[in-house]
Amino acid sequence: MILTKSLEQLGKYTLFLKRAFAMPDKWSVFGRRTVLEIMKLGVDSIPLVIVISLFIGAVCTIQMQLNVQSPLMPAYSVGLATRDIVLLEFSNSILCLILAGKVGSNIASEIGTMRVTEQIDALEIMGVNSTNFLVTPKILAFVLFMPVLVIFCIATSFVGGWCVAVFTDLISVSRFIYGIQALFVEWYVWYGLIKSLFFAFIIASVSSYFGYYVKGGALEVGKASTNAVVSSSILILLFDVILTKLLLQ
Amino acid sequence: MIEVKNIIKSFDGKTILHDVSAKFYSGKTNLIIGQSGSGKTVLMKCIVGLVRPEEGEILYDGRDFMKMTDTQVKKLRHEIGMLFQGSALFDSETVLGNVMFPLMMFSGMSRAEQLERAHFCINRVNLAGAESKYPSEISGGMQKRVAIARAIALNPRYLFCDEPNSGLDPKTSILIDELLHDITQEYDITTIINTHDMNSVLGIGENIVFINKGHREWVGDKQRIFTTTNEALNEFVFATRLFQEVKDYIISQGSEEQN
Repeated sequence: MILTKSLEQLGKYTLFLKRAFAMPDKWSVFGRRTVLEIMKLGVDSIPLVIVISLFIGAVCTIQMQLNVQSPLMPAYSVGLATRDIVLLEFSNSILCLILAGKVGSNIASEIGTMRVTEQIDALEIMGVNSTNFLVTPKILAFVLFMPVLVIFCIATSFVGGWCVAVFTDLISVSRFIYGIQALFVEWYVWYGLIKSLFFAFIIASVSSYFGYYVKGGALEVGKASTNAVVSSSILILLFDVILTKLLLQ
Repeated sequence: MIEVKNIIKSFDGKTILHDVSAKFYSGKTNLIIGQSGSGKTVLMKCIVGLVRPEEGEILYDGRDFMKMTDTQVKKLRHEIGMLFQGSALFDSETVLGNVMFPLMMFSGMSRAEQLERAHFCINRVNLAGAESKYPSEISGGMQKRVAIARAIALNPRYLFCDEPNSGLDPKTSILIDELLHDITQEYDITTIINTHDMNSVLGIGENIVFINKGHREWVGDKQRIFTTTNEALNEFVFATRLFQEVKDYIISQGSEEQN
């Protein structure tokens, strides 16, 4: 029963994406909407990303310093561990789980409200491909802007760690800076960016899907919003495992 | 003219429309009336293609809607305007933005021409001065008029209105009815209005299709409705004492004239 339902959902989601990636009715309108969505979904998320990254970067540094106090560990290990945690998991997977809550619920509730107030029907009656018109700019905008958010996240996390070094006596600034630069693997940055693109696609498309097929009223819009966040989060975790296996092994 | 033939539609095994056939004429206000749950909204959704019937034909001036390709449907949709029950205006757009929307998407007009046409439509529904307001800043009646302006922006050949008077006071309802009636005649549009408002039925019902429990029970106009012997229609239209008295008065006037 669950398997049948899941397959049915997957089929519906695939058809939804097929319709979303049709040719736009008007390219100029499509471009304008994409820029608008970049501002709404991407630029507006920067403050949240900065705040979270700053604190997580600081917490990581403190945790590492407190837990790696051994004469056998090299001096740079705190900076190195903080950097690798941020590059490998925090700046992509954890950040996207957080953004699934903010952006995912925003998308699902916006499209869901348009559905229950018949705005989507109005688009269809006019001959507009509503899926393409509403959903594709959101997916495109979020996927395009996600690397910027990841880079912001990485940079701010390091600033957070650096603040710990500057304002506390847990670790010296020079040791932290040295650790951040030690044994750097460039691929980790690419790995994080590649993962984040997949996650951005999942968040935007899954949330749009749940919003688009809402039936009922305000209560159902709320449920769709919750389902969007939960499903996006589970898919992010699942793809995190798959992509890690594919990209790091 | 729009013609529907033998439409059958079910949801979850329950038949909502049973073999419904009807004709809707151009230049006339065609009303679909019936109680809540009678199937009139489903019929309208079938006609505009939001719901696909299991059987039947839908002919737009002889063009079979059910047999059209996606491209043909898309082309036909540019000839259709629709006014939804809740207006369905785009919240993020102003009044002008809403009316401009179909023009921007499909008209091929220059920006200046689009603006001129949008202002013309806004003036036509007596909303001049409200162009920069958002839907949340205007009344329900004004929202309906914006929706009418948007619906007529592309000069449609077919206009569909789903319960245009719901939630409006009687005075505003009459204004909306008159506006729809005038627009229909002015541009020779085939207008189909879904309603259970008796003021609309008696005011602008030039061709009335009565749907009862998914069946087409009766077809006629606002004059013939007073003399109908259809029991279900009589129960529906003259359910209130006021309308019963109006009916009695009109019938008595008619018999006096005959004497």
